[in-house]
Amino acid sequence: MATEREPPPLGDAEQTDFRELEDGEDLFISTASTLESSPTSPEPASLPAEDICANSNGPQPAEISLDDDLEDLFAEATEEVSLDSPEREPILSDEPSPAITPVTPTALVTPRVEPKTIFVPAMFERSKEELEEEANGDSFDMEIVVSDPEKVGDGMNAYMAYKVTTKTSLTIFNENEFSVKRRFSDFLGLHSKLATKYMHIGYIVPPAPEKSIVGMTKVKVGKEDSSSTEFVEKRRAALERYLERTVKHPTLLHNPDVMQFLESSELPRAVSTQALSGAGILRMVNKAAEAVNKMTIKMNESDAWFEEKQQQFENLDQQLRKLHTSVESLVCHRKELSVNTAAFAKSAAMLGNSEDHTALSRALSQLAEVEEKIDQLHQEQAYADFYLFAELLSDYVRLLTAVKGVFDQRMKTWQKWQDAQAMLQKKREAESKLQFANKPDKLQQAKDEIREWEGKVQQGERDFEQISKTIRKEVGRFEKERVRDFKAVIIKYLESLVQTQQQLIKYWEAFLPEAKAIA
Amino acid sequence: MDESQALFVDEDSKSRSVSVDLYHDSLLQVEISDAVSERDKVKFTVHTKTSLPRFKRAEFSVVRQHEEFIWLHDTYLENEDYAGIIIPPAPPKPDFEASREKLQKLGEGDGSMTREEFAKMKQELEAEYLAIFKKTVAMHEVFLQRLAAHPVLRRDHNFYVFLEYDQDLSVRGKNKKEIFGGFFKNMVKTADEALIASTSGLKVTSRFSFLYVFPTSPPSPDVAEGYIPISSVLSSLGTQESSIVNRNFLKLAELFEKLRKVEGRVASDKDLKLSDLLRYYMRDSQAAKDLLYRRARSLADYENANKVLDKARMKNKEVKQAEGHQQLCCHRFEKLSGSAKQELMDFKVRRVSAFRKNLIELTELELKHAKASLLLLRNCLISLKMEH
Repeated sequence: MATEREPPPLGDAEQTDFRELEDGEDLFISTASTLESSPTSPEPASLPAEDICANSNGPQPAEISLDDDLEDLFAEATEEVSLDSPEREPILSDEPSPAITPVTPTALVTPRVEPKTIFVPAMFERSKEELEEEANGDSFDMEIVVSDPEKVGDGMNAYMAYKVTTKTSLTIFNENEFSVKRRFSDFLGLHSKLATKYMHIGYIVPPAPEKSIVGMTKVKVGKEDSSSTEFVEKRRAALERYLERTVKHPTLLHNPDVMQFLESSELPRAVSTQALSGAGILRMVNKAAEAVNKMTIKMNESDAWFEEKQQQFENLDQQLRKLHTSVESLVCHRKELSVNTAAFAKSAAMLGNSEDHTALSRALSQLAEVEEKIDQLHQEQAYADFYLFAELLSDYVRLLTAVKGVFDQRMKTWQKWQDAQAMLQKKREAESKLQFANKPDKLQQAKDEIREWEGKVQQGERDFEQISKTIRKEVGRFEKERVRDFKAVIIKYLESLVQTQQQLIKYWEAFLPEAKAIA
Repeated sequence: MDESQALFVDEDSKSRSVSVDLYHDSLLQVEISDAVSERDKVKFTVHTKTSLPRFKRAEFSVVRQHEEFIWLHDTYLENEDYAGIIIPPAPPKPDFEASREKLQKLGEGDGSMTREEFAKMKQELEAEYLAIFKKTVAMHEVFLQRLAAHPVLRRDHNFYVFLEYDQDLSVRGKNKKEIFGGFFKNMVKTADEALIASTSGLKVTSRFSFLYVFPTSPPSPDVAEGYIPISSVLSSLGTQESSIVNRNFLKLAELFEKLRKVEGRVASDKDLKLSDLLRYYMRDSQAAKDLLYRRARSLADYENANKVLDKARMKNKEVKQAEGHQQLCCHRFEKLSGSAKQELMDFKVRRVSAFRKNLIELTELELKHAKASLLLLRNCLISLKMEH
């Protein structure tokens, strides 16, 4: 597998080399297929794919497997990139919805006079974006904190308001540090806006924390017990993680909705997020319909990469779910352990009291104290288990659902494209029939329709290309993020375990002399 | 003082308790050399080495079952001569039910477990079964050894029979009537105790009556078991991932595997050192309480005898009889009291030193395990961080 990461030697035009370049392969295959399918631009189908391949270099394959190792490759690739690529702008613009930028696809579809020159910058182009992202990632100067949950209002209309504080040095924001008050439905509203704008073109939008009617009702009713404080804390942490993930995504960060969410003090209330509202029910119906649709679309997968990735994510999803269940039961067990330890401590204390041998009595009381402290430790450890590990896992299970959704969107896009092609075919047949029927006005109409549908087919194809491209990028980003995330959390979790053990050692070492002192 | 009385026998180091009767220079060494677990009973091979002339041979073995131990214990209890002695508590019935059930459930197959998980759980459960088995053997052994060590109890005729008679003692388990009768007797006894305590003028001094509240030590095998599925999922995750992440996950899986073993050991050590200790001393204290009860009972008898004597003197009827009876009671009471005091002081010393030994060992073991876990965690952290 090491060969996958090495850039193919420059100028080596052997097709075999590019077996390993799954990404590269994809583009070239689609190039060939578009060549064949669009009769308007008659090109020699023998357009040597190899030639184009020859111009690809370092950055191209490196994009596929974005393991940490490859950061070096990226760094080296800088010199070959044209920094002033004009096509950079549309991608990073502040438009509310990035129009499906006809970067590469247009290059493919328009008369290919100079496929090489148009093609190459596009590939460099993509790598430049990657580099930008890298640069952003390394010096990503944005810190978001969700804090101070406070209850606003009373009764069933009450809600929790959270303070969202942003510290940043990025110039897109007006100030360096600002904070606003937001409530849970605001977060949901933001997510829904981002999802509608970005999911259907292939961006993985981080999912928002889940609604919980039971939890919230308890809070509203004003039950001030540990379970409701736990609930609020869990939610606060989840909201923080949600925002952090969202702003880490460079495209989403520059989205005006996101910026408005972070900056402006007043935000229009997002009503359609209520679970039982009309919009909510509509959403549920849509979801069900989509699920049915998914089963009926049988996509002709021309690209093994997607299939592989889907399989991989499916497996990952299963594993993470299993792991999550195990960690949750571990948390339960630890809590049980802590309860038992507390009971034991009490009994040991009583035992110490009723013991008349003074040294033994003292030792037993000490034992009781040690056990009490250990009980505390177990509780804290259980919290760490939960907040660090289990929550991370559940976040990723949800994220994987988003990822799978994005793959589904691609299928839908493909379906649309295929449908457009089928329609075009029909229109063409109708036109050729009319040719012999000698009805000039109908003929004209038919020709107009044909042109319209040709456009749609082109658009469909462009959309499909674009979404495929975006997904590749997104998946690469996701993988990198995932590795980083998991590693960071696991290290933190292990450190918490280390802490616990160190404390245990301290306690027992303090107790030992007491035990030895029993005469 | 016999060292055997001060020690709570360790499973791992089966310390032989040698009982030397300084007055007669006689050796009576008892141990359980073998034990076989059959379907629902355990057969113990009791091996005796002795230099007492009373026995036919110097070394011999018999096979005994749990019911026979109970029979022996009961004969001691019922013997008036031993009223002033703490009778070593009877060993608890071997109970493999829980463990067997778990093994059975595991065997019936849980489709959700991978083969490695299954093997690991099976190993754990088997180890548990083995531990329970070892413990029950130890309990029976300690019972016999205490009897052999006690200067008075070792001379009991039934004890010799138990040790030597190589045929089945045909001690049938108590039938329902006897069990019920025993239960009833117990209830009467507790009521009696309370009555005596409240009516008798003699305050049973706090020095000798301890209310032992026996804490149950926390069962923590579950946390250890909880780690098994985690480590197995982690390792399966590891096999799927690309190699860097793969290495990390595998490392993590290994770590959890080792941690689990350590946690398991922590739990079993705690069980051994602390809860076994407490359980044993609970039973021993019960035996001591029984002694006190017998003493209080005899005191009550003495007082009653006094009253009867007074009444007889007043009426001047059967005075001699009453006097004789009263004298008897008095003697009995004093003898009991004297021996009881000695026994109870011995008991205290025994108890204190056993607690001391076990608490120290427990602490040292906890420290050892915590340090081992710490080392494991640290190593894993270092290698994870190095991946950067």
